[in-house]
Amino acid sequence: MSTSTLDGAAPSALRLLPSGEAVRWLAGGLLASAAWLGLSALLRFWPDKPDADWAYTGQLAAVALAFALALLLATVASPWLLPLQRVRRVAPWLTLIALFLSVWEIATAKLALLPMPFFPPPPALLEVLVDDWPRLGESVLASFRLLAGGYLIGATVGFTAGVAIGWSRAVGYWIHPILRFIGPLPATAWLPLAFFVFPSSWSASTFLIALATGFPVTVLTWSGVASVNSTYYDVARTVGASRRFLVRKVAIPAAMPYVFVGLFMGLGNSFAVLVVAEMLGVKAGLGWYLQWAQGWAAYANMYAALLIMALACSGLITLLFRLRDRLLSWQKGLVRW
Amino acid sequence: MVAATARVIEDAAVAAAPRRGAALEIHDVSHQFALDGAPLPVLERLSLDVAPGEFVALLGPSGCGKSTLLRLVAGLEPPTAGRLAVDGVPIAGPDPSRVVVFQDPTLYPWRTVWNNAALGLEARGLLRSRRGRVDEALRLVGLSGFAKAYPHQLSGGMAQRAALARALVNDPSLLILDEPLGKLDSLTRITMQGELVALWQRSGFTTLLVTHDVEEALFLATRVIVLSDRPARIKAEVVNERPYPRHRGDPHLARLRHEVLAHLGLDATW
Repeated sequence: MSTSTLDGAAPSALRLLPSGEAVRWLAGGLLASAAWLGLSALLRFWPDKPDADWAYTGQLAAVALAFALALLLATVASPWLLPLQRVRRVAPWLTLIALFLSVWEIATAKLALLPMPFFPPPPALLEVLVDDWPRLGESVLASFRLLAGGYLIGATVGFTAGVAIGWSRAVGYWIHPILRFIGPLPATAWLPLAFFVFPSSWSASTFLIALATGFPVTVLTWSGVASVNSTYYDVARTVGASRRFLVRKVAIPAAMPYVFVGLFMGLGNSFAVLVVAEMLGVKAGLGWYLQWAQGWAAYANMYAALLIMALACSGLITLLFRLRDRLLSWQKGLVRW
Repeated sequence: MVAATARVIEDAAVAAAPRRGAALEIHDVSHQFALDGAPLPVLERLSLDVAPGEFVALLGPSGCGKSTLLRLVAGLEPPTAGRLAVDGVPIAGPDPSRVVVFQDPTLYPWRTVWNNAALGLEARGLLRSRRGRVDEALRLVGLSGFAKAYPHQLSGGMAQRAALARALVNDPSLLILDEPLGKLDSLTRITMQGELVALWQRSGFTTLLVTHDVEEALFLATRVIVLSDRPARIKAEVVNERPYPRHRGDPHLARLRHEVLAHLGLDATW
């Protein structure tokens, strides 16, 4: 980590200021702050197109102003407060986001270039987040419960099956053809069948999510176990390892990098199945919320739900990568998420 | 490293009482592989007796079946024909008293050096009672300071030392070395040859070394067995009674080298 070297240089941070890099950083932070300030001014002082007076415009202007001030403070204080140095790194992105929001606001609320009601302005999203958060929060929770159940079952079964196929010829003989036949089928294709075979749409969706997760986890775990350097086994056998030890302490740890690729792919698959299942049968969750919002032509709600969904999915993947980084810290050259 | 070697020798007096090495008996052993359905003979009616505490080097052209013989001795594979026994007991499978150090260190990359060295004790459920053995083995190979390092942080020589520690932890009575220094740079090699001799003298285990380095075989072993091309048969046996520590410039070793190279048909250039 580069922060450790920065920590060491902390007392002399002031001396770093006049250098070209520090000046660039400072300029970047100030620019980001100015962009947010501009957004705030735009919201407050440019009147909306008549007959389209959007609520929460003033509130969003206040939020943007507060953010601009916070950014300014962080930029100025960053040479002394090390945690704030992250701000320098994300400043260009923050600038871009402010510009994007400004263009969006101008194209919708201010000039009405984009057709209504399909493209509501940014304040409308804030309105949804503030006014409809109980329902959104419930949806997030419902989605998470469904996803967690299905994913954990799928990952556990997939991992176990993968190890068993990779290790035992007999198990491989029976499971491999089934895997080849059923695995490539998209889990969503089972949807109509699953909804009448299972007692509830919830259990049907759990099954489908588990299926979508299980396939890549099984295949990747299996290939991980199959590709273990055979000398690893020789080494363990000559020092007295049992079969059980070979599986638990040699095959599985050696296969872990593959397993995590499988878990990552499985997580992506599970998101897809989750949303489709919620749109088509389950009466809760973010997928259901999207469908509901579209039904009422509440497009601002839809965008807000999409935004939350993107954040949640990205957050879960980040979590998975963090877990991998912890468990596989011995590996060199890990891809950072 | 000379200092480390000297310390190793001093330790011999302090540490655990030297164990007797095992007697190895290879009787009329033949072995073949199936290659595209056709049998490929690798060893042919090979017989060899190794006395307890001996250091025997197997020398031969590459691909002649030396490593296969070691795998049979280690019990990783059963021979196609013939009998192998240690101290009169037939070899039926791998046993921690017969440990192999392979040409590649094959440390587990997900384990620290300490946990790699502890492998044998952990596999047999003895780690709790014999933790000290791991520290001792790491000290013997000069890796005490790297106990917490991961294999990818080690140099080639250090990795091979760690592999050696992993073998020594098991208190082997027969140490099987499959070209353990083959991939090291020449300076590290020379250092580790000296350390190997010191370890062997200190512990008293029987050592079986496969190498294709004539000089290494003569510098280390009490007896050098020259093998023929595949299928391997014993071509010649050269007994080296020079006392330890040996010197590489010793004219007697040079004479022996000429003799060994002659057996391999390579003496013309010498």
